[in-house]
Amino acid sequence: MSPVLFELLLRSIWETVLMTGASGIISLVFGLPLGLALVATDRGGIAENIWVNRVLGAIINGFRSVPFIILLVALIPVTRLIVGTSIGTWAAIVPLSIAATPYYARIAEVSLREVDHGLIEAARAMGGNRWTIIREVLVPEALPGIVAGFTVTLVTLVGASAMAGAIGAGGLGDLAIRYGYQRFETSVMVAVVVVLIVLVCGIQWIGDRLVARLDHR
Amino acid sequence: MNQHVTAERADPVYQPTGREDVVRLVGLKRRFGATAALDGVSLTVQKGEILGIIGRSGAGKSTLIRCLNGLERPDSGEVFIEGREIGRLSERELQPLRRRIGMVFQHFNLLSAKTVEENVALPLKIEGRPRAERLARAAELLQLVGLSEKAKAYPASLSGGQKQRVGIARALAARPALLLSDEATSALDPETTRSILALLKDINSRLGLTILLITHEMEVIRSIADRVAVIDAGRIVEEGAVWQVFANPESEITRSLLGSIRPQLPPEIASRLIPGEGAETILRIDVAGEAARGALLSDLAAAVPGQFRLVQGGVDHVQGQPVGTLFLAVAGAEAAHLARVTTFLKDRGARVEVLGHVAGPV
Repeated sequence: MSPVLFELLLRSIWETVLMTGASGIISLVFGLPLGLALVATDRGGIAENIWVNRVLGAIINGFRSVPFIILLVALIPVTRLIVGTSIGTWAAIVPLSIAATPYYARIAEVSLREVDHGLIEAARAMGGNRWTIIREVLVPEALPGIVAGFTVTLVTLVGASAMAGAIGAGGLGDLAIRYGYQRFETSVMVAVVVVLIVLVCGIQWIGDRLVARLDHR
Repeated sequence: MNQHVTAERADPVYQPTGREDVVRLVGLKRRFGATAALDGVSLTVQKGEILGIIGRSGAGKSTLIRCLNGLERPDSGEVFIEGREIGRLSERELQPLRRRIGMVFQHFNLLSAKTVEENVALPLKIEGRPRAERLARAAELLQLVGLSEKAKAYPASLSGGQKQRVGIARALAARPALLLSDEATSALDPETTRSILALLKDINSRLGLTILLITHEMEVIRSIADRVAVIDAGRIVEEGAVWQVFANPESEITRSLLGSIRPQLPPEIASRLIPGEGAETILRIDVAGEAARGALLSDLAAAVPGQFRLVQGGVDHVQGQPVGTLFLAVAGAEAAHLARVTTFLKDRGARVEVLGHVAGPV
């Protein structure tokens, strides 16, 4: 592999890490509260409100049913509004985040829903309010699942970021298509695949270690 | 005098009941769909006593105990906690009140992500107490329940009995006026049950804490309760001092719940009972309190000639009071003879029932 291609590979790795990391953090920041809202407003939840629950659920399902490649293009006006441009790595972070947030919200919802109702009742019996229940019971008890779900989301984002090449965001997927596939640079293709495997395994390993540490059940 | 009463009424919190009632329930009703979980329950729990509420599953016990801290809302009726009616309080108004009431659960409900001491300290964290104070109080309570060395452990590493000790310590953290126990020993083995009950009794006598517990096991009532209320189909069917209810159960449901721990006529004898004539007559004699202290059987033998044989039974002590049930085989079946026996026993304060006759010795 020529030094130029190697430099290109390094830049692509950075672009992929940036896209995955930034949209991952954004999906965590918005997805977790959304997941909490879904659980809290559901029937028998701590802030039961069936209408809010249905509307939230419908919006999330709507976003989740649009294929990412279409979302990427359809969100161009929104991206331009937020980032100022619709091309490049930062521009790709907007559609990636918007796709990952509802995805992560659903994953977080599943973990939060599994928290034993008896624990919520115990917190209520101690005189705790909703905020206490969220802070002391729901989130800490679901934390292993929340972290495991975040790991899954990051790995999914690594895959989705490959498509972001379509709007000039760069990244490993883009490199593989343009050099490995279109220009028959097999060494680039192999290098990208190896890097992706290492990246995904690394994320999964860190995630698993973290979950094992947090899980006291 | 009139003036005095008016002055008392002026204080909205004061409820002139004449005693210090921690809990007073008046005509509590709660329906779930077509079934009435509570169908007019009235009860009082006095300061410092242990009231046990017993009933089969589905009798309304859980609904009842959950009405006391507002986890469940009654459809009608009133719940007074330390003289204050809580039925119409909002969730927000209930929160400080719940801190006056500790609760222990059947499945412990400990937070798996928190250490033992963090679990015990949680009610104080909810109260907004500083960390140092919370940990000091947790250490004190863990000592009380005998789990000091487990302070930094996570609940998953504890046995069922240890988990319930943590549950009890947590329930006591905010120095409650009342402890609610929701089938606290139902998930534990008999030996652990005994130690947990001993702990509750110890807390009751040492701290003077009022305890209301619900259970489906008479053994629990017998071990620690001062008073028992039997609930069936959402109604209190019987209520009284434990030894008196044990000695003289009035309702069918109470007798059935007592069945497992009171002496019964063995089935092989019961199946041989015939009415009318027989070589022997089987009597059931129930004695309790003063009546059970005298030399009842030797006095009977001295007063009424004839042969008497103890078939089954014995005297038990409940709350320090003797409570006995004896199955006696009396030779012969003549009405006059039996009348003398039963009259003698009844005069001595026993309850006597002729169960039937057997053809030959049993």
